[in-house]
Amino acid sequence: MTSAIPGVQALTSIFRTAGGVFLLLLETVRAAFGRWPRRRVMVDQFYLIGYRSTPVVLTTGLFTGMVLAVQSFNQFRRVNITSMVGAVVGVSMVKELGPVLSGLMLAGRVGAAITAEIGTMSVTEQVDALRALATNPVRWLVLPRVLAAVLMTPILTLMADLVGIVGGSFILVGFLKVEWHFHYTNLLDWLKVWDVSVGCAKSSCFGLLIALISSYKGLNTEPGAAGVGKAATEAVVTSCIMILISDFFLTVAFAAIKPDWAN
Amino acid sequence: MLEIRNLHKSLGGKHVLRGVNLVVEKGEALVVIGGSGCGKSVMLKHILGLMKPDQGSIHIDGRDIAKLTERELYGVRQQFGMLFQAAALFDSMTVADNVSFALDEHSKFSTAEKKEIVAKKLGIVGLPGVEKMFPADLSGGMKKRVALARAIAADPDFLLYDEPTTGLDPIMSDVINELIVKLKKTLKVTSIVVTHDMASARKIADRIAMLHEGTIRIHATPDEVYASDDPIVKRFINGQASEEQMKEVWGYTATQAGEGAKG
Repeated sequence: MTSAIPGVQALTSIFRTAGGVFLLLLETVRAAFGRWPRRRVMVDQFYLIGYRSTPVVLTTGLFTGMVLAVQSFNQFRRVNITSMVGAVVGVSMVKELGPVLSGLMLAGRVGAAITAEIGTMSVTEQVDALRALATNPVRWLVLPRVLAAVLMTPILTLMADLVGIVGGSFILVGFLKVEWHFHYTNLLDWLKVWDVSVGCAKSSCFGLLIALISSYKGLNTEPGAAGVGKAATEAVVTSCIMILISDFFLTVAFAAIKPDWAN
Repeated sequence: MLEIRNLHKSLGGKHVLRGVNLVVEKGEALVVIGGSGCGKSVMLKHILGLMKPDQGSIHIDGRDIAKLTERELYGVRQQFGMLFQAAALFDSMTVADNVSFALDEHSKFSTAEKKEIVAKKLGIVGLPGVEKMFPADLSGGMKKRVALARAIAADPDFLLYDEPTTGLDPIMSDVINELIVKLKKTLKVTSIVVTHDMASARKIADRIAMLHEGTIRIHATPDEVYASDDPIVKRFINGQASEEQMKEVWGYTATQAGEGAKG
């Protein structure tokens, strides 16, 4: 009777997905200690998840940096410290906006693609065929995607940070006439290696979440085209929500490691 | 020898298999017939360990595979080749990569040796020279034959066929039936063919087993099955629906329809 109550049904579904994703993580870690898939399979995923996501991530980073520069400039002009705007843009991009926005964009682009591909393989019995050919689908399908996402997401995030800062600087110095020397000096003063490292660590976690959630949804797709569509939608929504929730906890955890950074 | 003992399985609340008992002798071709949705494919997936039984056991050369873990099953599955209903070729790979999949994963053959084996197996199924094509470029019959080449690539002891002629024209169905007979004779494999195509069953089978309402209704030679007095077996062989089946679909029986026409 509990299934008739929508709240209970949703909670059951959340716990089932969380449990399934956790078990998939364990299975993926175990597969990582065994024989890895062929190099070509790995390279394909690095290409698809990393290289092919570059335009969307760069566009996101560039325009986020530029918008942030314009918005912050208008606020900082009131207190006459416009030379600090570049530092605000840099720190915001590296700490939060770069990792989170890149993560959200990748959840949409990569997450949907992973679920649709694995989901289609599930409903057309290709996953069963892998098992019938004595091959672990987690090793063959999930491990390369998880590795590619974990390693490529921070690289893409760094690229987004960089173009965001460059775009912001271009707007501030080129159009809003902020003095280059002060802008540059403040930016370097405020931007810390620790901030960049934390941003990269966060984005690696986001990559892991995207690949695991999307693979799990793909492997558990319901039959039919509608099933694949539903699974892809669920994968994107769940990944986005998990990125935002985990961002909070990761921020708190890193703040606990180095409290002065949090201030 | 392969033996199924008291196999039970429920799917989606429906008790599909209700105590299946079946013995397949080494080197024989057993054809499993039965209506759509009666659990033939489910039974086949249990033999390969792709599904776990709710109750019962499956013994392969005396070893109960129902008790094995997924990891242990990978070893057992190397003895099997399976032709899936929709071929289940890996659509991101070429024909050559599909056929050599098991060799790439589980053998130590050199690239040249694998290439030779792939060409030989494609020759056996009558498709020489298609190595570089992709599954999307092949017709339904060609896909099934490539899938068959993939199934026999690693010289398995058992070959499982799930509806091998479904969706094919009568000529192509005959080609596939001939191939199954040829493979049985030349490779000396034990074949289990699931079908509802009686022409295929007659051509391929050493023995026929009919699955009806979750249990084996008859298990005998083709001649004995065709001579059976069992009304359910007779109706299936002759393709005649029972009065109850007609009523279930149309809401009235054939007799009632005749009376209505007279009135």
